[in-house]
Amino acid sequence: MPNEGTRDAHAHRMSRRKMMKGAAAVLGALAIPAADAPASVWEAFFQKNFRELSKPELEKVLARLEKEYGKRYGKAVKVKATPPIEGVLYGYGLDLSRCIGCRRCVYGCVQENNQSRDPQIHWIRVLQLSKERGVDLEEAEQYYNPAKVPEKGHFYMPVQCHQCENPPCVKVCPVQATWKERDGITVVDYNWCIGCRYCMAACPYGARHFNWKKPGLPAADLVTETHYLGNRPRPVGVVEKCTFCIQRVRNTPGRYTACVEACPVGARKFGNLLDPEGEIRYLIENKRVFILKEDLNTRPKFYYFYAT
Amino acid sequence: MRKIWEFFKGTLFLVSKGSRAYYAWMVSLLILMAVGVAAYAYQLQNGLIVTAMRDEVSWGFYISNFTFLVGVAAAAVLLVIPAYVYKWKPIKEIAVLGEMLAVSAMVMCLLFVTVDIGRPDRFWHLIPKFGILNFPQSLLAWDVVVLNTYLILNLVIAVYICYKHYNREEPNPNFFNPMILFSIPAAVSIHTVTAFLYNGLAARPFWNASILAPRFLASAFCSGPAFMIILFQVIRKYTRIDIKNEAVFKVAELIAYSMFINLFLLGAEVFKEFYSDTIHLAPMHYLFFGLKGHSNLVPYIWTAMIFNVTAFFLFLIPQTRENFVTLNIGCVLIFVGVYIEKGMGLVIPGLVPDVLGEIYEYAPTGTELLLALGIWATGFFIYTLLLRVAIPILTGEFYVGDDGVKPVIVDTEFIRKADALAEQSYRD
Ligand code: SF4
Ligand code: SF4
Repeated sequence: MPNEGTRDAHAHRMSRRKMMKGAAAVLGALAIPAADAPASVWEAFFQKNFRELSKPELEKVLARLEKEYGKRYGKAVKVKATPPIEGVLYGYGLDLSRCIGCRRCVYGCVQENNQSRDPQIHWIRVLQLSKERGVDLEEAEQYYNPAKVPEKGHFYMPVQCHQCENPPCVKVCPVQATWKERDGITVVDYNWCIGCRYCMAACPYGARHFNWKKPGLPAADLVTETHYLGNRPRPVGVVEKCTFCIQRVRNTPGRYTACVEACPVGARKFGNLLDPEGEIRYLIENKRVFILKEDLNTRPKFYYFYAT
Repeated sequence: MRKIWEFFKGTLFLVSKGSRAYYAWMVSLLILMAVGVAAYAYQLQNGLIVTAMRDEVSWGFYISNFTFLVGVAAAAVLLVIPAYVYKWKPIKEIAVLGEMLAVSAMVMCLLFVTVDIGRPDRFWHLIPKFGILNFPQSLLAWDVVVLNTYLILNLVIAVYICYKHYNREEPNPNFFNPMILFSIPAAVSIHTVTAFLYNGLAARPFWNASILAPRFLASAFCSGPAFMIILFQVIRKYTRIDIKNEAVFKVAELIAYSMFINLFLLGAEVFKEFYSDTIHLAPMHYLFFGLKGHSNLVPYIWTAMIFNVTAFFLFLIPQTRENFVTLNIGCVLIFVGVYIEKGMGLVIPGLVPDVLGEIYEYAPTGTELLLALGIWATGFFIYTLLLRVAIPILTGEFYVGDDGVKPVIVDTEFIRKADALAEQSYRD
């Protein structure tokens, strides 16, 4: 572990290196650690894919991340890696007849999942559609901005990761940095993703978002209860997406996602698809349900329905 | 061992020596490369936000260039087939020039991919055993494999032919012929796999058309040979390598056929989209006519269309095909036309409008342009270095001496005619 003195010396070298332009800057910024870099930098560089970490290795990684975030944000940050709960397959329902397009879910999600505020990253996008044309994505408007919602003649359709049963994003990733967990949540290992963005081209729901810039997340806004595969702070140059608030739903069985809690009209439903008594099962069995782009055979676990 | 070391020293000597024209060319390329490096440093420090790419258009100019260059690399080697079929005289030479062009284009491809990824420091995740290559599931993993195989294959062939020739020996046909023959399907495969990379995405109707891979090959067969035609003329003008007119015209004829197939396949696709007029028409509509007042790509694609059609007729008519002025105009038109069509004209409309119908108009930023310029300069730099060694070998001006170890270098000038001409005009 580097003590204060060597760390300062290192910081000094970093700033000097920053001033050098050209070829030296390339190597520096490539972030291949210098020979004298502290051990933790090397550890991060050589970290294995999440799924290949042994238990002790995983613990070391989590501790390293907690330390790193603690230092960066000046707060104690918890990074868990709670595994899937047996017998649970998460599903989501969205009542189109209720949604008023207020976008509180969008900001509830940003808040809970430590999304970048500058530039803004939104995992949920709410489409405004005209009642006349129905679900016609080519006519969708995302940047509507009236004084009051809902607007006459329109309805609203929020879209986020559909946690596909047959996810094209997973299939195309060249390094298996993204995969589907046993509880049906598609996750990304932010420490393994190389940022090629092939998954973004493959996702039919525009659910994946890239950190084009170092995420701007003020320490004051940081939510400190995090999951390795979920809302922990992300590095620049990697892809991220909705995880059904993995940090909440796995830690506290039965807990809702942030977007469900944020919705003022109760248009959002969430639960275990395998529970025959569950609300989500009731809705699927009794309401008019549809899934988006069913012809693509992605088999989303995100169901739109009309309750009325 | 000693012999190889001496050969290597000889090549170093060669690349460091040349006429003034050679130095001027290389220094200008080095300057452009430095510009590219500076642009890359800037991008690394600030993130890919310095490009115009965003979540809606997640691939842009870099991947466009990559796609085009895969075609150039593939076509350069596919020229080996006509070289065999039509029995060109200096067949070895043509083959070597093609393999070397493929090597340079391949290096450019890999550079374009590298500058595009968000975490270049994690490139090792792609190396089997160290990282995880998602093979055979991901087409990108396939691409990594075939591109690297192809690069190494061509490098080996080119170095092998040159080294043999330098030693004044004939290449061993048992080793050499299978490799040359294998390079042909390998060339087809790099382009097919790159086409499948786009083709396999059901989310993107513009790419999800089975005609895509054949279209890729047809257009590659235009752009690569067009470049080679110009190159052959430059090489035979300034060096002692002899390339026959008939050979050049044959290539031009080949371009005419390929362009016909290319235009035909494009027409087939345009017909299907416009006549059936489904929601999948949107990207093509955006490309050719603009969509809802957004029309960034329209001037590009029509320029490409006009260039391609004009060039097609120039290559089709024997009189214009066998006239070097019109022939060269045709080559430039085709190269630019296919560059636009297979680059921006293929990648961007695949992403616009995006999967939720949003239109984000993409146009590369200065950083992207400068970086790309730097990579192109790197490609030319590498190709010049390769030629700098290969041409004296092929013309017998760089060979192993009678002691079988020390190299003999007759040519220390390279591109000497250029200087002679310049000097002459100076004296006049
Ligand atoms: S919605 Fe997109 S990101 Fe989510 S699982 Fe499906 S393909 Fe992957
Ligand atoms: S961007 Fe990351 S998660 Fe997406 S395909 Fe590339 S490596 Fe995989």
